[in-house]
Amino acid sequence: MRVKQLSVFLENKSGRLAEVLSLLAKAGVNLRALSLADTRDFGVLRVIVDDVAKAHAVLKEHGVTASETDVLAVEVPDQPGGLAGILELLGRQNVSVEYMYAFVAKSGDKAIMVFRFDNLDQAAGALQRGGVRILTGKELYSL
Amino acid sequence: MIWRKDVECLPVDKLRALQLERLKALVARVVERVPFYTKVFADAGITAQGITSLDDLPKLPFTRKTDLRDNYPFGLFAVPLSEVKELHASSGTTGNPTVVAYTKNDIALWSDVMARTLACAGAVPGDVVQNAYGYGLFTGGLGIHYGALELGATVVPMSSGGTKRQIKLMHDFGATVLTCTPSYALFMAEEAADMGVDTRRSPLRVGVHGAEPWTEGMRREIEETWNIKAMDIYGLSEIIGPGVAEECQAQDGLHVFSDVFLPEVIDPDTGEPRPDGKDGELVITTLTKEALPLIRYRTGDIVSITHEPCKVCGRTSPRMSKVRGRTDDMLIIRGVNVFPSQIESVLLEVEGAKPHYQLIVDRQGSLDQLEVQVEIDEGVFSDEIKVLEDLERRIHRELESVLGLSVSVRLVEPRTIERSVGKAKRVIDKRQL
Repeated sequence: MRVKQLSVFLENKSGRLAEVLSLLAKAGVNLRALSLADTRDFGVLRVIVDDVAKAHAVLKEHGVTASETDVLAVEVPDQPGGLAGILELLGRQNVSVEYMYAFVAKSGDKAIMVFRFDNLDQAAGALQRGGVRILTGKELYSL
Repeated sequence: MIWRKDVECLPVDKLRALQLERLKALVARVVERVPFYTKVFADAGITAQGITSLDDLPKLPFTRKTDLRDNYPFGLFAVPLSEVKELHASSGTTGNPTVVAYTKNDIALWSDVMARTLACAGAVPGDVVQNAYGYGLFTGGLGIHYGALELGATVVPMSSGGTKRQIKLMHDFGATVLTCTPSYALFMAEEAADMGVDTRRSPLRVGVHGAEPWTEGMRREIEETWNIKAMDIYGLSEIIGPGVAEECQAQDGLHVFSDVFLPEVIDPDTGEPRPDGKDGELVITTLTKEALPLIRYRTGDIVSITHEPCKVCGRTSPRMSKVRGRTDDMLIIRGVNVFPSQIESVLLEVEGAKPHYQLIVDRQGSLDQLEVQVEIDEGVFSDEIKVLEDLERRIHRELESVLGLSVSVRLVEPRTIERSVGKAKRVIDKRQL
């Protein structure tokens, strides 16, 4: 149920994101989803890849600071109010979202969002009780 | 003017006789009263009676900053605390701060050498002295203050900061002497220009600048923009604070008040004396201080000394060069002494692991800037921005409180920081000094 996200520390300087992504490309790692959060001086790149262990090892080998983070990949109805409905459901259960971003591929006719929660188990329970489908890592990487 | 002609212009033979007499009395006093000196003199097999000439000075043991820290807080005092009238302390995290103390006579001595200093720089009784050195535990502010009072000047105890107010009061009170760090003098000039104040037309005549390294180029700039004579001042808290040495109108070396602070220049590695004109570490013996007398104190400052008499002012004291560097890794940022080890211990505390960091020192406009770059490794990394920003803020807050100085903190990727043969290059000083 949990999906591993690779989180990468990046300095805010031109060309750095390209350098890190090309390290992954050379290792044959495919990106499935990506988000970048930044401040004035630094940023955090968050990616879902097809092979987390390999991607992590490659970055480590090149001295890039990265860690693996548990996130949930959730099916979201691809229609107006689809995401709002899920956030309301979570809100009613007092689950807070740390951050989220969209997945590139679709699952059937549904969109996929990646969520990072402060309390992942509580969030998963709330979603499941609300009838929201959570994708497994296997499903996700094979999309 | 020469404030104390009786001692400042003593014929050299008489000066040396006075120094020797004071040195013998000093050694007898510290061996009797300070257990630290009782031991080191016994270990070295030296007694006050054994000192027969100033040439014996190199045989005496050194005192180091670590000795002050190791005997924190009052272990090196030669008088009971009841006779101590004032205490100052440096900042410090690695171990203990450096504590310095003054008896009533020490304060009188400080006032005297600072009056000499201000007079040597060109101040006279009746001057209005705007004192923009920091007041408080830092000795700069109060040292100038006591000297200005002794000289018979009017002192405005501005302390540092509040630049717009400084400039307004300076103008309104008609300051004739400005005492502050050289970089602050330049910063004030920039602010004054922004405020539309014509710095060249003020009654200001003399600037007394020190507590940080500065160049002849900065001197010319200060003299030009303020239309004053900008004079170098030297001192350190352990010896007395400001008031150890000062430039005369010749602006050719700083006269050391050697009747009370006996200077030597040594090779910092071997401890052997260096000849006149050759660079080495400045070592000072406080000949008459009561509360905290120090024998051959290693200042860590690299200077050279000449004993040639000054052709301009008539003072017979030796003259030292500007400070050309340090024997250790101490940095001086906007007049504040900073050791990389202080920063390391703050990072260690915040991160809980041995940090990799680098210090970038630069001068933007006229003020020093210190940027602390901290490598983010997996131990402290988080996928959440707020956690990293919180880390940055905590480091910033702790550093400011420990150093007493505003610094900027930047989180960087590992290996961004240059490693040189197994040892990281911790400091990059981009200032042109």
